[in-house]
Order: sequence, then C-alpha cells, then structure tokens
Amino acid sequence: MELDVVELSRLQFAMTAMYHFLFVPLTLGLSILVAIMETVYVMTNRPIWRQMTKFWGTLFGINFVLGVATGITMEFQFGMNWSYYSHYVGDIFGAPLAIEGLMAFFLEATFVGLFFFGWDKLSKVAHMIVAWLVAIGSNFSALWILIANGWMQNPVGAEFNPVTMRMEMTSFFDVMFNEVAQAKFVHTVSAGYVTAAVFVLGVSAWYLLKNRHVELARRSIAVAASFGLAAALSVVVLGDESGYSATHTQKMKLASIEAMWETHDAPAPFTLVGLPDKENRETHYAIEVPYAMGLIGTRSLTQEMPGINDLVAEAEERIRSGQIAYDALMDIRAAKGDAAPEATARFEAHSDDLGFALLLKRYVEDPRAATDEQIAMAAEDTIPGVFPLFWAFRIMVALGFSFIAVMAYFFYRASFRGMDFPRPALWFAVFIIPTPWIAAELGWFVAEYGRQPWTVDGVLPTALSVSQLSITQVALTLAGFVAFYSVLFVIEMGLMIKFIRKGPYQDVELVEDWFRRHDRPAAAHGSVAHPAE
Amino acid sequence: MILHEFLSFEILRVIWWLLLGVLLIGFALTDGFDLGVGTLLPFVARTDVERRIVINTVGPVWEGNQVWFILGGGAIFAAWPPLYAVSFSGFYIAMFLILAALILRPVGFKYRSKRDSAAWRSAWDWALFVGGFVPALVFGVAMGNVLQGVPFRLNDDLMTVYDGGFFGLLNPFALLAGVVSVAMLVMHGGNWLALKSEGVVAERAKRYAATAALVTVAGFVLAGLWLAVGVDGYALADPAATGGPSNPLLSEIRHGGSWLAAYGARPWIAVAPILGIGGALLAYRQVHRNREVLTLMGSSLSILGIIATVGLTMFPVILPSSIQPDASLTVWDSSSSHLTLFVMLVSTVIFMPLILLYTAWVYKVLWGKVTENDVTDSDHAY
Repeated sequence: MELDVVELSRLQFAMTAMYHFLFVPLTLGLSILVAIMETVYVMTNRPIWRQMTKFWGTLFGINFVLGVATGITMEFQFGMNWSYYSHYVGDIFGAPLAIEGLMAFFLEATFVGLFFFGWDKLSKVAHMIVAWLVAIGSNFSALWILIANGWMQNPVGAEFNPVTMRMEMTSFFDVMFNEVAQAKFVHTVSAGYVTAAVFVLGVSAWYLLKNRHVELARRSIAVAASFGLAAALSVVVLGDESGYSATHTQKMKLASIEAMWETHDAPAPFTLVGLPDKENRETHYAIEVPYAMGLIGTRSLTQEMPGINDLVAEAEERIRSGQIAYDALMDIRAAKGDAAPEATARFEAHSDDLGFALLLKRYVEDPRAATDEQIAMAAEDTIPGVFPLFWAFRIMVALGFSFIAVMAYFFYRASFRGMDFPRPALWFAVFIIPTPWIAAELGWFVAEYGRQPWTVDGVLPTALSVSQLSITQVALTLAGFVAFYSVLFVIEMGLMIKFIRKGPYQDVELVEDWFRRHDRPAAAHGSVAHPAE
Repeated sequence: MILHEFLSFEILRVIWWLLLGVLLIGFALTDGFDLGVGTLLPFVARTDVERRIVINTVGPVWEGNQVWFILGGGAIFAAWPPLYAVSFSGFYIAMFLILAALILRPVGFKYRSKRDSAAWRSAWDWALFVGGFVPALVFGVAMGNVLQGVPFRLNDDLMTVYDGGFFGLLNPFALLAGVVSVAMLVMHGGNWLALKSEGVVAERAKRYAATAALVTVAGFVLAGLWLAVGVDGYALADPAATGGPSNPLLSEIRHGGSWLAAYGARPWIAVAPILGIGGALLAYRQVHRNREVLTLMGSSLSILGIIATVGLTMFPVILPSSIQPDASLTVWDSSSSHLTLFVMLVSTVIFMPLILLYTAWVYKVLWGKVTENDVTDSDHAY
C-alpha cells in the first residue's frame, strides 16, 4: 500500500484514538466503582471501605491523567489533519464536542482535583458527592462524544447548503437523539464498566494469590463481580441494539461484518466462522447457523437483508444520481448568489447522493466527467475490508460473551460460596486483565474501519476530508506521537505496577480510632494492620 | 425549530465573537497561571520540597483550568468551523508543539512525585517547565502572525491550502508577541505563587513577577508602536452583509491601511490597551506590599486588556489571509449556521454559570497557602 497524506493521516488518527481509548474505558468504569466504594464507606463508616476508595482512587488517578492528556490531541486533531472535514461538517459535529466540554469535562476535571486533595478539607458526605460528580462527568463526556461519533455513522438532522459548501444542522433534536448514538453510548460505557470490573477483579485476585490485603481484595471482588455481571450483560444486549440499527442505517458495514456477499432469502443465515475472500466475493469454509442473521438483523422472519453485491449496484446508482446533484451545484455556484430556481430544484432532488459523486474525486477532478469504468471503481470502493471486519467482530463478540461467564462465576462464588475462590480461577482472573481492552479496541475498529470509505457515512469520503499537508509534515507528527506515546505508556505501566505492588495506603490513625470506638485494644489483634484482617 | 429566529444571525455572531474572547480570556486567567507557574518552577524553587510546594499550588486546579483550553477548541469548532479548519491545519507544526507540551504537563504533575529518584523528579521538573513555557510562547507567536495575516488560500470548494512553513512563523513581530505572552503569564503565575506560597518561594516569585510585569508593559507598548508603523491592517472593503451566509469568499477585504484606524472609528476601544498597561502597573506596584489578591487582580486585568486589545483592534476580521485577502475570515462570514449558534448559546447560558459557580466553590475549599507540611505529611500531594 502506498502511503499518501490520506493514509498517514488515517494512521495517525487511528493510533492516537486507539491509544486514547486505552485509558478511557478504565476511567469510565473505575470512577463509578470508586464512587460506589466511597458510598459504602459513608454508609457503614468502616475504615476498610475508605482504604479501598483511596487505593483504587490512586490507580484511577494514574490512568485518568493519561486519558486527559491524550484527549487533548483528539480535540484538536480534526482541525489539524482533517480540515476539510472540519469545514464540511463542523456546523453539526462541533456542537456535541463543545457541549461535552461545557457539560461534562469541566465537571469531571474540576472535581477530580478535589477528590485527591479534598480528603481533609471536606466532610465525608461532601467528598462522596465529589466522587460521584467525577463519575457522572466522565460518563456524560462519553455521551456527547458518542453523539458526535454517532452522527458520523448516521448523519441525521442536517442538510447540504450549496452557498456555504457544507452540511448545516436542521434539527439539533435529531442529532442528539440519533438512535445510533444512543445505542453506542450505552454499549460503550458498559464496555468501560466491564473493563474496570475485570481490572479490579484481576488485581484483587493477584492479592489473594499472594495472600496480601485479603479483606480489601475480597470486598473488591464482590463489588467488581456484581457490577461487572450487570455491565457484561448490558454490553451484549446493547451491542445487539447497535447491530439492529445498522441494518437500516449502515447496510454495507453490516453486510461486510457478516461477509454476506449475496442477498439471501429471509431469514438469512449467520456465518459463524469462515475465510472471507473479497476478490472472488465468497467466503471459504463457512460454517453457517440458519436463520440467525435474519433474526438478529431484522428481528423478523420475512424481511430481507441486502448483500454486498446488491449494495454495490445501489452505490453505482447513487453515484450517477450524485453526478446530477454535483452538476446542479456547479450551476448554483456559477449564478454567484443570484436565484437559480431550476438548478436549485435539480439539486434538491438529488442532494442526498452528492456525497457519492464526491467518491469520484479520487479518480477524476470533475465528477461529471467520470467514465463508466471510474464509476464502477468508485462503487467498488464502498466495500470496506471484509476480512478484518469479519474477524474483529467475531473476536469481540466471543470476548463479550466470555465476560458474562467470568463475572457470573465470580459473582456466584462471592455471594453463595463465602468468598472462597479456587486458585486456578484466581490465576485466570489475573491473566484476562488485558482482554477487555482488546475487545474495546476491536469494537472501535469495527465501527470506524467499517465506516470506510467515508468519514461521514454517505456524505463525505475520507480521501477528501484531509488537510492539504505535505507527507513530511504528517510523517513527522506521526513519528512524534508514536515515540512520545510509547514513552508515556511505559511510564504509566511502570507506575501502575509499582502502586499495585505497593498495595493500599495504611491509614494507622484511622484504624486505631476504629478500635477505640469499638472498645477493642488494637494490640489484641497483633497489629494495627486492619480491623478486619 | 423556530425559536432561534428570535435572535438575529447578526446578533448571534457578535455574541459568539464575544464568547470566543471570554473563552480565550478564561483560559489565560486560569490555565494562564498554571503555565506561568510551570515556567517559573526551575527558578523560584531549588530544593525538592520547594518544588513540590510550587507544584501543589496548582496541583488541585490545573485539570479544571485546562478545560478552558479544550472548551476553547470545541467552541471554535462548533461556532467558527472555518477558523478551526484554517488555523489548526495552517499552524500544523506549531499546534503539534503545543499539544506535545500540554501533554507533558498533566503527566508531569501527576507522576513527578510518585518516585523518589532525584533524576526522575528533575526530568519531570523540566517537562513541567516546557509544558508551561512552550505553549505560552507559541500562543503569543500565533497571535503575532494573525495580526500580520496568515498565508492561506481558499478554493471554490472552500478547501484551505496553507502556503508557508513553520519557520515563517518565527518573524520578529511574532516573536515580540511571544515575549509579551510569556511575560504576561509569568507575571500572573508569579502573583499566584505569591498568594499560594510563603517564605523564600513567595519572595522569589514576587521578584520574577515584578520584572515580568515591566516586560509585559514594555513589550505591549512596543508592539503597539510597531503595529502603527510597520504592520499593514485588514478591513472590509464594503459595508458587510452581516446576516449573510458563511462563505468567506463572498466579501471583499482590503489589505493596507492601519489596524489602528479602528481607534479612530471606535475610540472607546482604547479602554482595552489602557487596562492591559494599567493592570500590569498595578500588579508591579502592589507585588511587594503583601496585597496578594490585589496583585493577582492587577495581572488578571492586564491579561484581559491585552487579549481584548487584539480582538477589538481586528474586529470584524478574525483571521486575515496575507496572500488572498478576500479569503480572510471575518465575524460575518465564518460562523456556524444560525441554528447551531443558537443551540450553542443556549447550552452556554445553561452551563457557564454552573461552571463558574462550582469552580468558585472548589477554589474556596482549597483557599489558603500551601505549606511544607502539606506536601510532606500527605499521601496524595503531588
């Protein structure tokens, strides 16, 4: 593959976004787990819950800071590397980003400092409220970012304005309550909760294996497993909701994920595994489950789901319709602000397909001059990479289901078997710590790579969205980000491991105070380590 | 939605131009002292405890302060998409430097004191210095270039092409603007340290703040004189269609004349540069008299005045193009649509007062000087 500015910019965006998303899911989930622990502390007054809050809070802080730091890049990268995108859809896309800052990010960032520095300055209840505000802020943050992203997948509530040469908002309500965005939001935050639950579970399991901080670890497992079980169920259910909305919003993405080359009589079978071959338009060694795809995708036995070949034919028609829109647009522009009613009417009749004409810009300067062959090539371009999508999706789903099993198991042992966990299970919990991150990154890969060749589905092709930068400039910043982020990653991992090894901070005074109030001499327990230990 | 028709497109554009200023000033007033403190860190604090005191004066608040910057980016994207698209891609390498420096900062604050090694801590101290100094400098340099015009073109599809490199940004006038920016934020950071620390750290901070206040005034006045004689201004050639569509190519811009002509047309705007100078002089006079709050107000007024001076002098131009003046972005031709500006205004009216309220509360909770005990007896201090 030849690396041009488009490919390099995509690589840089993918790299910085996926790196950012190493920290986000843990922030989303851990902020809530920490707030839950602090709430238990406020309600029961038992020092161990305060210790848990502080310990998991410290790890939360180390992670949070990199989420914030790498988030800065995200907010500015659109303008830096995707300036035509920013111009073309900023009227819609910018709004949720700005509202995210106003409503959510300000909240979490202002209170996160107080969470760490406010232990001696605030009452217990006030500090707990601060913890909840951080958690709420983080989660609302995700809501607005996914409204922005949801619009890229399903651009509702907007239309093209020929005079300003961009998409403009027609209904904020439609943008906000975009069904794709809402399903994605709950799916994504739930994935964050699972991530945090697996993390807390794994670290606690390690403590149990080493026989350290046993009380803290057991309680942490109980919280993580119950929270994680609910979240893991929610991820799968809402992931299914995303799939369902894709059947009418992003047919090509769905057909590619399923490697569904031909339109199948309803209800279509689901290909469990196989080797999709884009060149020959077939899937080798496919193992199919009859009816399943039709049921998942349409929730009916009669509705048909279009295959890739039919969708390409449809794209070709839309490209030809888009050429008419483009031609009308040029006529409107030539009128230089004077009314051009005929051209305007022609434009409006075909404006939904304007984006498809822009796909031709890869091959020809003026889309109106495209040959039949070029049109066929552009239509072919609407198929994303089927093989990687097919497999990324399947691995993600398999992981998603296994999280339910893991969480259910630990929930059962914690609730009904007196917190007795067999050692192999504990080791297993330690080893699966990285898996939710793998699932989350694959999920984003499916969502964004599956949207290609568009930045905004059906509206603006990726190839057209980039800034007019030189290869040197983008290569320079890409190399800079890779080097810089790698160093930060090593440092972060080092600190995480250091603080996990170090274990919770022992608040001696607090513990002694607890013993005094409960009229028990600390010495009788051999140490002041912890009342419950 | 019909609601948005109640406010005319023209008025919404002026409001969003003002809000752009409010966000920039909000950023410079809050995160500005963080940047100043970062720049001063190696100079006002010599021992490890002193450095930790300095870092902890901003430790609990820098994160919230930085959101002004993020929100500024988001608001420019939402309210002025052409400005966001043209400036960030045009200043590509400069933006990368700012991002890299700003990423160092949070990591530096959070990670520095998490290990005992002296080399580790010293490395992060320098990272914090870079994280304060580089953005302060680059913001000023960028402003200096905006006043001179930026070499960008727009084609008929409104695609932007930037026709200049990174080193072109480093011209004498722009560097002077960079010096003013650094001096102004160092003054502010120094005053913040005087308020939040005590003893030898506070004394050193005051000395740097006083010098920085004088440099701010001198640099600002010099830049004003330079604008009068050495930099051509930009203005709308015809009375503008203030409620027209946002297509920068539709209006004609005249390059020539003087920026300072604005002061003939609207003499009242002179209040901005007067504030810029007066505030810094107030800070200079009060800094050694232990009136820390008054001093900090002085530097705040100065920052407000200096940023407002740039905006008011250029109005209605926002980003002039030196090679295709008609492509210049103005208040009347580079905003979002009427509806988007309205939606954004409603969100701002709802959330901005809340933000100011809880930010004030957090500052109140954290009120008081950071002492040696605060950093040595704590399990959470940076």
